[in-house]
Amino acid sequence: MELLCPAGNLPALKTAIDNGADAVYIGLKDDTNARHFAGLNFNDGKLAKAADYVHQRGKKLHVAINTFAHAGGEERWQKAVDNAVAIGTDALIIADLGVLDYAATKYPDVERHVSVQASTTNLEAIKFFKNNFDVQRVVLPRVLSVQQVRQLAKTSPVPLEVFAFGSLCIMAEGRCYLSSYMTGESPNTVGACSPAKYVRWQETDKGLESRLNGVLIDRYQADENAGYPTLCKGRFEVDNNVYHALEEPTSLNTLELIPDLIAMGIVSVKIEGRQRSPAYVEQVAKTWRMALDRYQHNPENFAVEGAWMNTLANLSEGSQTTLGAYHRKWQ
Amino acid sequence: MKFSLGPSLFFWPKNDVLDFYQQAKQSSADIIYLGETVCSKRRELRAKDWLGLAQDVARDTNKQVVISTITLLESPAEIQVLKRLCDNGEFLIEANDLSAVQIMHDLKMPFVAGPAINCYNLSTLKILLKQGMTRWLMPVELSGDWLKILLNQAIDAGIRQEFECEVFSWGYLPLAYSARCFTARSEDKAKDDCEYCCIKYPAGRRMNSREGERVFVLNGIQTLSGYQYNLINEIPALDAMGVDIARISADSTAAFTQLDNFREQLVHPTIKTLDGIAECNGFWHKIAGMSVA
Repeated sequence: MELLCPAGNLPALKTAIDNGADAVYIGLKDDTNARHFAGLNFNDGKLAKAADYVHQRGKKLHVAINTFAHAGGEERWQKAVDNAVAIGTDALIIADLGVLDYAATKYPDVERHVSVQASTTNLEAIKFFKNNFDVQRVVLPRVLSVQQVRQLAKTSPVPLEVFAFGSLCIMAEGRCYLSSYMTGESPNTVGACSPAKYVRWQETDKGLESRLNGVLIDRYQADENAGYPTLCKGRFEVDNNVYHALEEPTSLNTLELIPDLIAMGIVSVKIEGRQRSPAYVEQVAKTWRMALDRYQHNPENFAVEGAWMNTLANLSEGSQTTLGAYHRKWQ
Repeated sequence: MKFSLGPSLFFWPKNDVLDFYQQAKQSSADIIYLGETVCSKRRELRAKDWLGLAQDVARDTNKQVVISTITLLESPAEIQVLKRLCDNGEFLIEANDLSAVQIMHDLKMPFVAGPAINCYNLSTLKILLKQGMTRWLMPVELSGDWLKILLNQAIDAGIRQEFECEVFSWGYLPLAYSARCFTARSEDKAKDDCEYCCIKYPAGRRMNSREGERVFVLNGIQTLSGYQYNLINEIPALDAMGVDIARISADSTAAFTQLDNFREQLVHPTIKTLDGIAECNGFWHKIAGMSVA
């Protein structure tokens, strides 16, 4: 099972490879990918360097071109595909049907992976991508329980990749317009959720307030840790009850599912966090490498170590982790 | 330009659903969509009941009846129900997931690409047309400018006549889908033990900011806009750019009045003032969806 790590810049990419990633995924420096943040991602020169570093060490590079191409602007997404292929990417991660079609037609020999943003959650949808674009992999959204993933893995004509660790999207990816509803910018169109330029922090007599485009997302008392105001992780009011109505600030962590995921034939586990620092990438890659190697050497006696969990919890939102939708009770 | 009544997104008791569609028969809608699009656990009406209701409406009116299908499908059982609806042999299907597109393509039957199919550009339109799409509902987050560009591209590409274009024009906007049931969570229940509690909330549950701003409406696994989308002032513009159908969502029986109001805009356009704390039209104007332009 491949360990696939994120990189938002060259230092993070090198760190990922040096700490045990089998493959790294990156995005270009524009709105063609779902982590379109200032100061992040790879221009043409850096892209070539990334490919060289990865390939010299016998590892793989995946390029995410996974936003939806704008009407009248499709050339930008096609050019992103051209650029990624030109530097020798091992796989293209794509969500848009038009972009997939372009890649399949022009570069049939370059692997195409269906991005999580394409929201592919069942066998018939997987068949759609297989039949139309001959894809080699599908990345599953974080909405399926472990039983549902197992069932799908048994019948899928395409190998499956799942999310293993990182910030938890609680909505079916690619089908969430909450961010554009509040700010005008969404992952699908702009490549960002709850964009930083709309965030305001304000110290008030009621506590520290976080706002997104003016909407109060959360308010913290002195003894509470304030988190980034991702709009689905704030505290809201439902019939006079104030709570995390959608989700708490927490991250996904599936270390304990490693034996299950390997047994069901999942081909790759993906770490979220292209927007995170090289230090984050180092800790997560190292921990997951250790866990996967431990399982490989002695599957019968595999047990998750407390130290691994602590390391990962410290890198998580709200310093807490969850199995998310994999665990039915979370749902 | 025609007007459609979208599927009801909420979970209503069976008799309320049947009552609603008795009234819908008398409405001015040209097209009626019906069916469960949100949660497969909602079984007040099963597949055969929805099909029976569709036959009833089609028999008593000259409206086009379309069966809307579920958006987030996670199990083989859900696919089985979807296949049964798709293979009904009588009614057009609204596909809200690519699984339905695949099934309709296998059946060699036409379909409507619903609001949860991510069709943002000309290449995608062409792919869906090849699959059998005959009508396209624009994703709700897109703007009038985006639509204008895309429809003009379709004209230039010589494919504009191959599909109808429909725009979600009134009602609570379907914004997101999750594995988690937020209505169950609001009652401190897990989804597997939800006791079908969303039936108690025929208009969903309001989720407000701590300052009382209506942010979202919780509707089971679906999150809706807190404000009702209202493109009544944009109807002449929609008409001018060649939109074929405006959709009025079946939020409540208020939809029937809106169907009349919207149709009237075509004949006697007048500027209506939107209620800034209950309505919005931001998506159409390329600003935050919850805003009023």
